[in-house]
Amino acid sequence: MAQEKDLQKIFEEKIEKEIKIEPKDWMPDEYRKNLIRQISQHAHSEVVGMLPEGNWITRAPSLRRKVALLAKIQDEAGHGLYLYCAAETLGKDRETLVQELLSGKAKYSSIFNYPALTWADIGAIGWLVDGAAIVNQIMLQKTSYGPYSRGMIRICKEESFHQRQGYEILLTLCRGTEEQKAMAQDALNRFWWPSLMMFGPSDKDSAHSAQSMAWKIKRMGNDDLRQKFIDQTVPQANFLGLTIPDPELKWNEEKQSYDWGQIDWEEFYNVIKGNGPCNKERLAARQAAYDNGAWVREAATAYAKKKAERKTKDAA
Amino acid sequence: MERKDWPLWEVFVRSKAGLSHKHAGSLHAPDAEMAISNARDVYTRRNEGVSIWVVESKYIHSTQESDVESMFDPNEDKIYRHPTFYDIPDEVGHM
Amino acid sequence: MEQKQALFNYLLRLGDNAAILGHRLSEWCGHGPELEEDIAIINTALDLLGHARSLYTYAGEVEGKGRDEDDIAYLRIEREYRNALICELPNGHYGDTIARQFLFDQFNYLLFSELVNSTDETVAAIAAKAIKEIRYHLRRSTEWTLRLGDGTEESHNRVQQSFHDVWMYTGDLFVQDESDKAVIEAGIGPDLTLLYPVWQDKVKEVLKEATLEMPENGWMQSGSKQGRHTEHFGYILSELQYMQRAYPGCEW
Repeated sequence: MAQEKDLQKIFEEKIEKEIKIEPKDWMPDEYRKNLIRQISQHAHSEVVGMLPEGNWITRAPSLRRKVALLAKIQDEAGHGLYLYCAAETLGKDRETLVQELLSGKAKYSSIFNYPALTWADIGAIGWLVDGAAIVNQIMLQKTSYGPYSRGMIRICKEESFHQRQGYEILLTLCRGTEEQKAMAQDALNRFWWPSLMMFGPSDKDSAHSAQSMAWKIKRMGNDDLRQKFIDQTVPQANFLGLTIPDPELKWNEEKQSYDWGQIDWEEFYNVIKGNGPCNKERLAARQAAYDNGAWVREAATAYAKKKAERKTKDAA
Repeated sequence: MERKDWPLWEVFVRSKAGLSHKHAGSLHAPDAEMAISNARDVYTRRNEGVSIWVVESKYIHSTQESDVESMFDPNEDKIYRHPTFYDIPDEVGHM
Repeated sequence: MEQKQALFNYLLRLGDNAAILGHRLSEWCGHGPELEEDIAIINTALDLLGHARSLYTYAGEVEGKGRDEDDIAYLRIEREYRNALICELPNGHYGDTIARQFLFDQFNYLLFSELVNSTDETVAAIAAKAIKEIRYHLRRSTEWTLRLGDGTEESHNRVQQSFHDVWMYTGDLFVQDESDKAVIEAGIGPDLTLLYPVWQDKVKEVLKEATLEMPENGWMQSGSKQGRHTEHFGYILSELQYMQRAYPGCEW
């Protein structure tokens, strides 16, 4: 029987050699905890993230937009599902994870505590929020935990239409009337900074960043990912003819990258703490779905049990 | 205590006729019928499949990490199971 | 009645059924009883919206006034929408949604099974594609009727009430007017009075298996064929049409 010390060594060798860790493999408790925290947070974000966009399904301005938006939100439900399943392979079931979300113990991405006020926000969410998520998720395809990595590969493949969907909405608005273009600019103004906050605190202030990097759960730091997102997004904003709400934003020829202003971290921590514009509504909506669905889930379980019993009886 | 949530199922999808079913992922469902329905909606939304298998996760048995050495390593040196182990002159042609 | 007008009316009804029920189902998005169920219900909504788009597009062609799917979907006044009343009823709890869905799916399945053989080639083609999806909808809503009916005591009582509540809107599905008669004569669509007994038998069969009582046929609501809606409908339109009305003539 291998000693824990040996197991630790085997584990570290695997990480070193880029061999994925799989559910039944030995892993340090902290690695497991860290993963459950990150994956479930990611799953909760997908599910809560359905809500702001969901607001606009019944008000989508054309049938083409309506079906695209519905399909996109449906994918988010799917992605939440894949991620919950990945977290479950680590030994914590979905029911428990959902309870942690509802009790406020587990977090989800703060961006979803901002309201979707206009149709242009649906464009901005697709372009910026999904854009930021994709930068993060592309990196996570190479994460060291097998089920998480496989989930991410599937999610990235499916998400490729999400950002395009959002950008196309804004492009249409920017080519439309003055009123439409103003709507697009307003959405960018409100979503730009919260989108940058999605990458989390600066690595020097991040509680989990260093360890996650060492275990190759994350493959790039928060600051690098954020910079990457800015560098790829600014030209897209220029193409739309929209102005990014950051007076300090300018191209730095020397580092071949953009310099930019300061994130309002006080706002960031306040939204995390529950003081965002929609924190209460989002959790209340999830709680209501959970509570109102309880008798339905129980009925399905009871029916399955009865049916199985009848089958056994018939066979006897 | 009886579990209140639906059990976990593993989903295997045949992507097209002639290929094996391959593990696609998991989901929760109260019974096999709904597991299949859900698998269709969750894992084949983009024409990924022509056939689906589902099995409740608790019925899957697997090797343990501690068995890996004794289970798989012994085959590493049995190179005589591979065609390249045998020398056949080129003139004989493809075999 | 002129053949073209009759066909146009007929297509609007089919299209409105799909669009309005799809709209209702889409309201579940993010609020379903389980994540898997959210995904499944959105699939049904997407199927129905797909049917509506094909039917509206064709209705626009038949009409010949250059209206596209969105003009038809978004820019009519309340009385011009011709969906069956059952499609616009609020979602209620999950049992209400399932009862509404099962009764409609059973109707829609019988109807589209006939439309596959329509003498109008476009209708037949749309139906041939849609029937596969509708068959699946019916399978799902049948299974859920069984689960809720024969599940727990609570679910049984709740869904039994749902069937009682929705029952008075089922008669409206089978009402026929001049447009229907013209469409039947031309072999474009089936005679609904012939489908009604089949529908009743099928519904009875499933409800029985679900240990549910078939509601008595009492007074039935009607009016959808004249565009006379329930009070709920105006709210659907105020959301559906909000953007198009607030910003007329824009591209989206």
